[in-house]
Amino acid sequence: MSVGIVGYGAHLPRRRIKVEEIAKVWGADAPSYKKGLELLQKSVPALDEDTITLSVEAVRNALTRAGGIDPADIGALYIGSESHPYAVKPSGTIVAEAIGAVPSCHTADFEFACKAGSEAMFVAYGLVKAGLVKYAVGIGGDTSQGAPGDALEYSAAAGSAAFIMGDDPDKMLATVDETYAFMTDTPDFWRREHQFYPSHGGRFTGEPAYFRTTLGAVNGLLEKANLKPEDFRWAVFHQPNGKFPARVAKMAGFTEEQYDVGRLVPLLGNTYSGASPLGLTAILDVAQPGDRIFMCSYGSGAGSDAFVYTVQDRIREVQNLAPKTRWMLEENTIQVEYGEYAKMRRKIRLAGE
Amino acid sequence: MPSARSWRAYPQTYRLEASRCSGCQKTFFPPRQVCNACSGREFETFRMGYGGTVVTHTVIRTPGDQFQGEAPFAVGIIAMDDGPKMTTQIVDVPLEEIRIGMKVKLEFRRMYAEGHDGVIEYGHKAVPLRE
Repeated sequence: MSVGIVGYGAHLPRRRIKVEEIAKVWGADAPSYKKGLELLQKSVPALDEDTITLSVEAVRNALTRAGGIDPADIGALYIGSESHPYAVKPSGTIVAEAIGAVPSCHTADFEFACKAGSEAMFVAYGLVKAGLVKYAVGIGGDTSQGAPGDALEYSAAAGSAAFIMGDDPDKMLATVDETYAFMTDTPDFWRREHQFYPSHGGRFTGEPAYFRTTLGAVNGLLEKANLKPEDFRWAVFHQPNGKFPARVAKMAGFTEEQYDVGRLVPLLGNTYSGASPLGLTAILDVAQPGDRIFMCSYGSGAGSDAFVYTVQDRIREVQNLAPKTRWMLEENTIQVEYGEYAKMRRKIRLAGE
Repeated sequence: MPSARSWRAYPQTYRLEASRCSGCQKTFFPPRQVCNACSGREFETFRMGYGGTVVTHTVIRTPGDQFQGEAPFAVGIIAMDDGPKMTTQIVDVPLEEIRIGMKVKLEFRRMYAEGHDGVIEYGHKAVPLRE
């Protein structure tokens, strides 16, 4: 029995802000940010968008591609994010209620910096494989914040991706062939209770954190699956900026042709828990039956979840049933200036607040 | 709206559940107890799709406390493709570009929050249909 993705969907806010627009406010050198981080712009959620609203839309798109499954058959729904709107009260209950998966549904909110989304996918996959539920949904979504003027402000973005896991052969879009997790206690990025913005370890977030962990998962999965980078048509990695995923891909032996379709960050920014899952949706939008996909997330703290997928014949029937990720990224957009961005991200304190 | 009252309306606000009169097939959103066309009292529940058309709209420039910081914003009556009409905000479009007859899609959005420590209310707002 093969278990895998039977429905997938993405959702992005429409607003974008360019790197130049942020740099001019803080007197920073935009060309050096654009070159150093390989970022051109990032997505900006509106005042009425949050991780829950983006995730509901992503799951609805996944259901559209899932061949008419009954939402009541979804036995588990997990949402990974570091920007759950409530400190205490689940995001998953609202998402499950909105899609009609209640009440016979196990739900939990996951947190693990930027890999909370792949955790949700991993657990959803595992429950279906164990035979405990018919379908399970794994979601990665965030509306991440960076402190004004900090390097993170140029990249912290918003978006959500959702995957319905199942085992029906006639609904299968991509089988999950192998998984591997790599995790150590590495404090490269954190946010303490009651703090509005996260803190990070600067350059420490690179070699000992992102690169060591990602490569640990990549090498572990390749060995476990007995596969080589050239066995894959596509690859997607966590993408905190444009440079990191390109560099780690090359270090691991993958080519630009393999990773570029799933590398959304230059135009989208870092969507944290949504980052590698959204990259996977962009790949599934163009993948052909038989294509093998490598995916590796990264979450500060630090850990990576890696997956091997094989695309199935039904993919061709569903790619155009819901908005494609690249269309949302490149065409359905509204540019905003820093003032509107500051208002949208609640960086301006109103009377009574 | 107190959270208990809004909780009772989740089938409508979250899932767009409407009703269809079993006697004359007239549709209602929100659902009614008695059909105003045939006085029937039997209804079937159905979930509306997300497509609709702007029937009319206005711009709110002096909002209530719950919408501080959002004005100016548009509120419109949307004729849903499945029959009923509903009133909601029209967002993600410059106000001067909103037109009667414009095709829209409903998206799940935050409607308002009960202060900074209260419940966040969710529902649907209309965005321009772009394909």
